[in-house]
Amino acid sequence: MIVEVKVRLRSGILDPQGKAIHHALLSLGHNSVSDVSVGKIITLNINSDDKEKVRQEVTEMCESLLANVVIEDYEILL
Amino acid sequence: MSVAILQFLGTNCEYDMEYAYSLLGVKTKIIWHKEESLPSDTKLVVIPGGFSYGDYLRSGAIARFSPIMKSVIKFANDGGYVLGICNGFQILLESGLLDGAMKRNENLHFISKSVDLEVVDNNNAFLSNFNTGDMVNVPIAHADGNYYIDNVEELEKNNQVILRYKDNINGSINNIAGICNKQKNVFGLMPHPERAVDSLLGNDAGLKMLHGFVKSRIL
Repeated sequence: MIVEVKVRLRSGILDPQGKAIHHALLSLGHNSVSDVSVGKIITLNINSDDKEKVRQEVTEMCESLLANVVIEDYEILL
Repeated sequence: MSVAILQFLGTNCEYDMEYAYSLLGVKTKIIWHKEESLPSDTKLVVIPGGFSYGDYLRSGAIARFSPIMKSVIKFANDGGYVLGICNGFQILLESGLLDGAMKRNENLHFISKSVDLEVVDNNNAFLSNFNTGDMVNVPIAHADGNYYIDNVEELEKNNQVILRYKDNINGSINNIAGICNKQKNVFGLMPHPERAVDSLLGNDAGLKMLHGFVKSRIL
């Protein structure tokens, strides 16, 4: 099954890239944008159909490598 | 009395570090990251700067799982001295030997220049050649040097902040440029002392830092 992991900076931690993009969008006239954050999507192709087992394993992957939980949140989509 | 200088794919400061310690008459050995153990006479492990694994995922995130790091973590936990510079600092944060994390520089620029640093605490082997409050000028070269930690008060209270930027060039919390662990045997800093080792080239403040481990009789 395909699993997507979304990783982004924890809320409350200043996101310099998001801020820069926000400024650029405002300068293009998109004044309705009130905030921008940037993250990454990591796509995993996993040889298993056991959703619960996969969720558990991907959680371990996130905690140990895919996200740095000091500054990042992760979300597992499967 | 030997310094083990780690070399990952993408490390680029290992030979500068080797040269710096050769000026101090200290024996060094460059250790490839696929090695599983450190030389038995290792007294100090240096994780030099560079771009291990191309900074993929996050700076230092993948290097931290290289075979040699298991030995380095054990060495540090047994009280061995470890110094991480720039990418080495990032690897120490990712491996949990030091607390906190690195974010992209606040202005998103790769900053490469000499900066003024304040010696915040000299009660440790690395900065034993300085006085608290001394100002030194050492080069930096990084894009991910924006240090962050949730509980910065705890770090300050334990005198774990050892160097501060005079001007906060990258957004680091409390201007932090370098820290150590509670036991004061693991050090990490973004500036490059190995690039300031020759008075003929205008600056030997870095050599004075590296000499701290000699002065403290670790080397």
